[in-house]
Amino acid sequence: MPRELTKKERLAIPRHPMPAVDPAERVQNFEEVTIGYTEEMAVGEAERCLECKKPKCVDSCPVGIDIPAFVDAVAHGRFSQALAIIKADNTLPAICGRVCPQEDQCEQTCVTGNKGDPVAIGRLERFVADYERGRGEIRMPRCKSPSGFKVGIVGSGPAGLACAASLTMEGHEVTVFEALHKPGGVLIYGIPEFRLPKAIVRDEIRSLTEMGVEFKCNFVVGATATVDELMGEWGYDVLFICTGAGLPYFMGIPGEELIGVCSANEFLTRVNLMRGFDFPNYDTPVAIGRRVAVVGAGNVAMDCCRTALRLGCEKVICLYRRTRSEAPARIEELEHAEEEGVDFRWLAAPVEVLGNEDGIVTGVRVQKMELGEPDLSGRPRPVPIEGSEYVVDLDSIIVGIGQGANPLLTQATAGLDVDKRGCIITEEITQMTSIPGVFAGGDIVTGAATVILAMGAGKLAAHSIDCYLRGVPMVAEEEAKDDAENDAGLAALIPSELETRTQNGAM
Amino acid sequence: MGAKILEIDEIAPAFKRYLIHEPVIARKHRAGQFVMILIHDHAERIPLTIADSDAVRGTITLVVQEVGKSTMEMGTMSPGDPIEVVGPLGKPTHIENWGTCVCVGGGAGIAPLLPIARALRDGGNRVVSILGGRTEELLILRPEMEEVSEEIHYTTDDGSFGVKGLVTHVLDTYIENCGQPELVIAIGPAVMMRAVAEQTRPLGIPTIVSLNTIMVDGTGMCGGCRVPVGGEPQFVCVDGPEFDGHEVDFNMLIKRQRIYLQQEEEARRRYLASHNCRAVAGGG
Repeated sequence: MPRELTKKERLAIPRHPMPAVDPAERVQNFEEVTIGYTEEMAVGEAERCLECKKPKCVDSCPVGIDIPAFVDAVAHGRFSQALAIIKADNTLPAICGRVCPQEDQCEQTCVTGNKGDPVAIGRLERFVADYERGRGEIRMPRCKSPSGFKVGIVGSGPAGLACAASLTMEGHEVTVFEALHKPGGVLIYGIPEFRLPKAIVRDEIRSLTEMGVEFKCNFVVGATATVDELMGEWGYDVLFICTGAGLPYFMGIPGEELIGVCSANEFLTRVNLMRGFDFPNYDTPVAIGRRVAVVGAGNVAMDCCRTALRLGCEKVICLYRRTRSEAPARIEELEHAEEEGVDFRWLAAPVEVLGNEDGIVTGVRVQKMELGEPDLSGRPRPVPIEGSEYVVDLDSIIVGIGQGANPLLTQATAGLDVDKRGCIITEEITQMTSIPGVFAGGDIVTGAATVILAMGAGKLAAHSIDCYLRGVPMVAEEEAKDDAENDAGLAALIPSELETRTQNGAM
Repeated sequence: MGAKILEIDEIAPAFKRYLIHEPVIARKHRAGQFVMILIHDHAERIPLTIADSDAVRGTITLVVQEVGKSTMEMGTMSPGDPIEVVGPLGKPTHIENWGTCVCVGGGAGIAPLLPIARALRDGGNRVVSILGGRTEELLILRPEMEEVSEEIHYTTDDGSFGVKGLVTHVLDTYIENCGQPELVIAIGPAVMMRAVAEQTRPLGIPTIVSLNTIMVDGTGMCGGCRVPVGGEPQFVCVDGPEFDGHEVDFNMLIKRQRIYLQQEEEARRRYLASHNCRAVAGGG
């Protein structure tokens, strides 16, 4: 029976820690690190929610999930209903529950967190998604009758998947174009198995396929067909460009062309997409040696550090020119990397890669830094300390300092306006580009950001595209959402008999 | 999508020509471009230059030299087999009417040279080809190259056909006798392209080379193919594959081509071992 708790009782419950595999064990393999809540933990954690009258968590969610409602459903053991509530706004909860930076979003503004730790909203989201997966009961949302419109989505990462789901539900015929041989974008090539099992991504993509989304892999828009051709002879009424931030940045320091320096993108793609960790069972090799430095301290850099450990590296050093407080990675990722034995060198900037006569990396010259005045990003500027340089002996260096916009599509598309960084310029509300009927969103517009922000952009673009196709003025997202709920979109998602069974089971 | 192999024939020892049904790429292909292929779930993605395309029949032709595990395994495929192909990638060759163009091809480099030579001919150029191989039978695509060339010279290492020696010797002789061409295009092993570029540099003859590097995605995402050109890192997949031969850092290119030499050798050894075992078992 669900308990009725007072506010004081709720606040007295400590936040439930996330069960995780022991660090010494987990660095031996690529299995998922965090185990997930049990039903009891999930209910207990959900009971910490104060059910605020004006919940701030919802405003901090890029896709506006009705968090108090889903958490309340969890507290009452109605897990399927909780998932249906999430899925009304977020089609990929098993993924977002794992990779969203909740501490900077919903959990940052959680009122429970004012006096202690916030409700573990992300862990609860993951729990309900896994609960349904575990029961093999992934259900399709109901789609509207066919509209007759054809939509092409360029890129199958988070923005593309979110957009595809929404537009298919609206009855449009959706094709997703993917340049690589497997769909999923960064969810497949970038984020490692131990943080996001690929089976989850495959299941989400299979769900979309069953809803009617067509995936065309091995198709590079801008090369295999241009935007003009897709809008012309291929017969697409609308395109949504969400090609992501696929261009790796290098440091621009001497020695960077040496053998043993690679981008985080290359390293992670070899391991994740091409399964290079299982060479020679898989044909793509990975060669990083025993001592590795990863440059950067964002989520991608953490993924590289932890992947390198799992490949058997003896020493993995993370070089970052600021301190832990400024590191862009999620706290959980930093903590996991620390537990697993990554050697963090804060305030350390590489200034030269050193190599031998065969062009093979032997080390890196590092300069110590100190923090100065804030720069344009608002973070303290790292300032070199004169005469502080030292050499670290290494076999390889992985550069994980960020990605920019891949110019392949934009350069092949006349009339598509981009900014000086090469990001596509869109109209703020509608997300339409300088080409009528061509929309864009995600990292290709904002520069490298997060999975959830890209999904938010994909979802908003879907709404805008739907209005454009139907020839109706775009209404604000809030109203659109209310309409959708009134349209019984939510009711269609909740299987009533299942909900009853779950309740009975809980009692 | 689903590309499919239609025909495979062995055009020289360890050289196979694949005719692949891929109508979209066939229609879009321009001289100088390449595709990435994947032969099965556990395979690696490898870049291969398109040797020919037929927009009407919807086919592309790839000529592959069997040098490592992946290319040897590809050689065991059969007509009718599916194959994953993505492209056409890279910038097409810039074609204009230059005048006389000398096309220098070495070994497997003759295959990517063919569509470029043809496009130059179609662009009104006088095409003079100088092709080199270790032996006569390794001089691939001779009839096709002869068809597009107004003048053609051959060299072999062993003197079994044409001039005994290197393509650079013939290029020397050609320039001596006929004067400077307006353009030289050289495709082949990095050492050959470097030698040609060094030869034309003092003469100031514009020289284009097409680079073959390690790639994972082929769309600018991994940066594994980067090579210093004019002192700046360039991505062969999206900025190339063709570059000004006088600006390419060939020494670094050669080193970077050898990054995975050890792993490639291990994979090749294992593949040959298992392949031979199977053959023996099958024979018994």
